[in-house]
Amino acid sequence: MDRRRFLETAWLPCLAAGGTGLGAAAERQDDRQFIAEAKFYEKLAHKKIKCVLCPRECVIDDRERGYCGVRENRGGIYYTLVHSRVCAAHVDPIEKKPFFHFLPGTLAFSIATAGCNVNCKMCQNWEISQARPEQVRGIYLPPGDVAAAAAQSRCASVSYTYTEPVVFLEYVLDAAQACRAAGLKSGVVTGGYIKPEPLKELCRRVDAIKVDLKSFSQKFYSEVVNGDLKPVLDAIVTIRSLGAWCEIVYLVVPTLNDSEQEFRALAHWMRSDLGRDVPVHFTRFHPQYLLKNLPPTPLATLERAKAVADAEGLRYVYIGNVPGHPAEHTYCPNCKEKVVERTGFSVGAIRLRNGRCERCREVIPGIWKM
Amino acid sequence: MSHSPGTSRRQLLRTCAGGVLAGRTLSGQGRTPSSRVVIARDRALRGGGATPDSSRLLKLLDRAVQSCFDTGSAAEAWHKVARPGEVVGLKVNCLAGKGISTHVVLTQAICERLQQAGIPRKDILIWDRLNDDLDSAGFRVSVDRNGIRCVGNDEWGYEEELLVHGSAGSLVCNSLARVCHAVINLPVLKDHSIVGVTLALKNFFGAIHNPNKYHMNAGDPYVADVYMLPPIRDKVRVTICDALSAAYEGGPSYMPQWTWPFNGLMVSRDPVALDYTGWQIIEKKRAEMGMKPLKAEGREPKYIATAADARHRLGTCDPARIEQIEV
Repeated sequence: MDRRRFLETAWLPCLAAGGTGLGAAAERQDDRQFIAEAKFYEKLAHKKIKCVLCPRECVIDDRERGYCGVRENRGGIYYTLVHSRVCAAHVDPIEKKPFFHFLPGTLAFSIATAGCNVNCKMCQNWEISQARPEQVRGIYLPPGDVAAAAAQSRCASVSYTYTEPVVFLEYVLDAAQACRAAGLKSGVVTGGYIKPEPLKELCRRVDAIKVDLKSFSQKFYSEVVNGDLKPVLDAIVTIRSLGAWCEIVYLVVPTLNDSEQEFRALAHWMRSDLGRDVPVHFTRFHPQYLLKNLPPTPLATLERAKAVADAEGLRYVYIGNVPGHPAEHTYCPNCKEKVVERTGFSVGAIRLRNGRCERCREVIPGIWKM
Repeated sequence: MSHSPGTSRRQLLRTCAGGVLAGRTLSGQGRTPSSRVVIARDRALRGGGATPDSSRLLKLLDRAVQSCFDTGSAAEAWHKVARPGEVVGLKVNCLAGKGISTHVVLTQAICERLQQAGIPRKDILIWDRLNDDLDSAGFRVSVDRNGIRCVGNDEWGYEEELLVHGSAGSLVCNSLARVCHAVINLPVLKDHSIVGVTLALKNFFGAIHNPNKYHMNAGDPYVADVYMLPPIRDKVRVTICDALSAAYEGGPSYMPQWTWPFNGLMVSRDPVALDYTGWQIIEKKRAEMGMKPLKAEGREPKYIATAADARHRLGTCDPARIEQIEV
């Protein structure tokens, strides 16, 4: 990647975050460079196809797209329209994802394409997640260039984030392969709404997956997310069983998913189905998109969620979007030593040696080194 | 927003402001003063060929519009659709290519009548989702400000402000929100494999940036909620449904084995009444052809009833209140 190309990448976040992408028509681009045959679909009669990438299993007529809006049936062949079509690129601290047990204190080259397979009413990136690829500006960033840009930015990993990597899975798989060859790790930030087969392939290619578990109730998934809970829970179990590093984020939305009963059910399920070592982050909601009528999450609610999860015996329970809170640090569950200190996205002292607490030698699960 | 090369930013903003003002003065006229649905048919419309005869089609159109507006002449009716000074948008439906899209010859006939009603060519805008869709249906994309403009949403983009009603939260295309003062809705009489039928209400999925999000539950309540967005609800003056050819299965794509020559137009100021009537026509044809009703296929268009409910009041789907007229 030359300097000029990299600078092009650098202004992308401004487009995505500045709200200028959707309001104006995207610049005319040669779409052919972004199109590749999709990996997970079945051909049906009359040139229809069935997408088997996510649990929606959209059946799509010729010239139509599925729910995600980024895959199109063209004459009975299903194509992704977002391979290498990056609409947002940032160099972020890994803590912003958040990953707390995955290369702490490092930078992640973070990219997204347009599209998502759910429509959460609290989406903070709806301008790009709910858009079709041609509605937002994008640049061509093929897998090799992703790895090169990450290395040039002194990033330890690449994060596929902001929108929903499931809908640009082919690109993730190819870019992760290029990154692995270049000695870089890959982390995925996802809603986990994906079918088992593509998920297994994803787990083989990437190193870490953070799942946004939006709630522990189907009602919330139906009314706020436009999806289903069970496939997400199944996906988390699969990720855990296949050995990719997994963390869970639970955005606490006042009045909608913040009952003690729901926190308890979540914590109990995590302990019984995932074990005690999967980190969970209870993060503060801020009003946006279609939920502007709700207040930010009170700190007391987040602390109540943490207390419930702690009481269940989960060992790594964090509070997020509250910079300076003591529950941002990682504590050794054995000796209670602060093994990773954090303030917001900044990392202070790391008291780990070969993945163990320096003080008591307790194993702290995670990926701590390149 | 990228716009026609001859249009300055100032001109564009002036047009936008005009749109807002005109929309206010006519607020309410776009709603449903009458639940009359006119079905105009001409068995000899195509003569011996496949293409509709333009002069016969013009007469058919006049009969239908005159009956819909209940005026003494067709010219009088067209004056009720729009008035000089307004930019009139024609929302065509071109997704399925030439096989089962709004016919160019019908759109031309409407343009001709609008001009005779005092709307200059420069104030007529034909639009749909994509330039490619328009092109594939036989329209010639043009942003020449001196002529009739024909443009896809991909060319002119979308508003930046999110509009919300019920389950729908969308950005509305600039063609509709900023440029048009009045809209003539030109859907096609056809089946839809997910939401049952796609007629007057559903056609405005082509006015928003995220239609793919609204097909769940056979489009209910999404189709009704999208139509409630103010630029749609307030600007549509009349629906002229292209039923020259119709599809009773396989839609929205073109499946020639499931289309039939209906040789007609359906015209109404009540989009719900039109949709209900069109749905019944499709069901009748399906029954004739030995096919299951849409309900049995899990795609009954319940959104039509939702559009008529107390939260929407977009029209009526009560057959006793629909005045169906055949001309």
